[in-house]
Amino acid sequence: MYLAAEGVEHHPLVPIWQELVVGSIAFALLCFVLMKFVLPRMETMYQARVDAIEGGLKRAEAAQAEANQLLEQYRAQLAEVRTEAAQIRDDARADAESIRTEILAKAREESDRIIAAGRESLAVERQTIVRELRAEVGGLAVDLASRIVGESLADEARRKGTVERFLTDLESAGAR
Amino acid sequence: MSGQLVAAEGLPWPPSVGDFYPPDLAGPWVTKFTLMIWLAVGILIIFFMVAYRNPKLVPSKGQWYAESIYGLVRDNIAREQMGKDGIRFAPYFTVLFCFIALTNLFGVTPGLQISPNSHIAFPIVLAAITYVMYLYIGVRKQGLGRYLKQSLIIPGVPWPMHFLLIPIEFLQNFINRPVTLAVRLFANMFAGHLILLVFTVGGFVMLASDNIFIQATSIFAFLMAILMAFFEVLVALLQAYVFVTLTANYIGTSLSDGH
Repeated sequence: MYLAAEGVEHHPLVPIWQELVVGSIAFALLCFVLMKFVLPRMETMYQARVDAIEGGLKRAEAAQAEANQLLEQYRAQLAEVRTEAAQIRDDARADAESIRTEILAKAREESDRIIAAGRESLAVERQTIVRELRAEVGGLAVDLASRIVGESLADEARRKGTVERFLTDLESAGAR
Repeated sequence: MSGQLVAAEGLPWPPSVGDFYPPDLAGPWVTKFTLMIWLAVGILIIFFMVAYRNPKLVPSKGQWYAESIYGLVRDNIAREQMGKDGIRFAPYFTVLFCFIALTNLFGVTPGLQISPNSHIAFPIVLAAITYVMYLYIGVRKQGLGRYLKQSLIIPGVPWPMHFLLIPIEFLQNFINRPVTLAVRLFANMFAGHLILLVFTVGGFVMLASDNIFIQATSIFAFLMAILMAFFEVLVALLQAYVFVTLTANYIGTSLSDGH
């Protein structure tokens, strides 16, 4: 039909055998050169790059892990130190408290002791003074009385009785 | 009317199969088509050799382009279709992909403007290589008997069905596959060139018309030609991708055990 009319037309589905040959040779050459000299190196490079990247990732991961571990460790240490510090503080507080109470107790005891001693010595003193006074006041009173009256009371027993009575009166008056 | 125009302007209208067969330059061995094939081979060899003369872990620009193509074919075609086994085929697939893509792109390259693949001889060569490869690999991997059994017999169907299925499977696996592989590429390039011819030459034919209205309309033909040229770029790359993907798929079936 169409082909017949034109005469020289080539049917497009019929290959030209020279082109088959040229195509085969050319493509074979292309395959040979590229697959021998270029593409294997490309694959190697590809692998090397993958290795480099994966190695880098791995290294980064390891570093990350190490950093995390260190961080954990530091955290743990910090927490430990904190509790320790708190412990020390508590201990110190407790110590201070106990020392304070101890000192207070001691001071109180001391003061009590001092007070007691003071009281005792006071009482003793008082006793002594009372005793001395009693003797002295008796003598003085007798002296005074004998001097005023001008007469010496010869009767020892009477004089004693008088003085005793007087002192008793005096004491009871003082106690009142 | 168009016949008159052709006579007047010497434009080949309408486009015909003859447009795909320009006169030989020097005998049947040296034609535009064979020269384009050598040109493609030369370009690819030079490009890859230059890009990879001194490869580094951190690539230069050229190296990066070359590796991107390789990476695309390696990961998106070979590994996708065939799994880990596919990687050893990736170099061949890369060559195949580059060769088809470049020769297809010749169809929209100024000065060349036709793809060598619009002559069925070249797709036939490429499809034949694929055909031989997947047959050879299938037979070598599984042995002739097992390979045929796997290719022809679908497991789990009632036995009388095999009278129907075995011829179909045979046709499918051993005839249709290579034929469609070659014809698909050829037809796409052939049709693409024809479309560009229709719009471009048609535009000139309209421009040469006496009628001012027809002359004005030619602008649409040229716009369409430009649009179609972009479309052809897409088709060129897509067909290369399809060809390589199917090749990988076929080889993958030969390698795999299941049906």
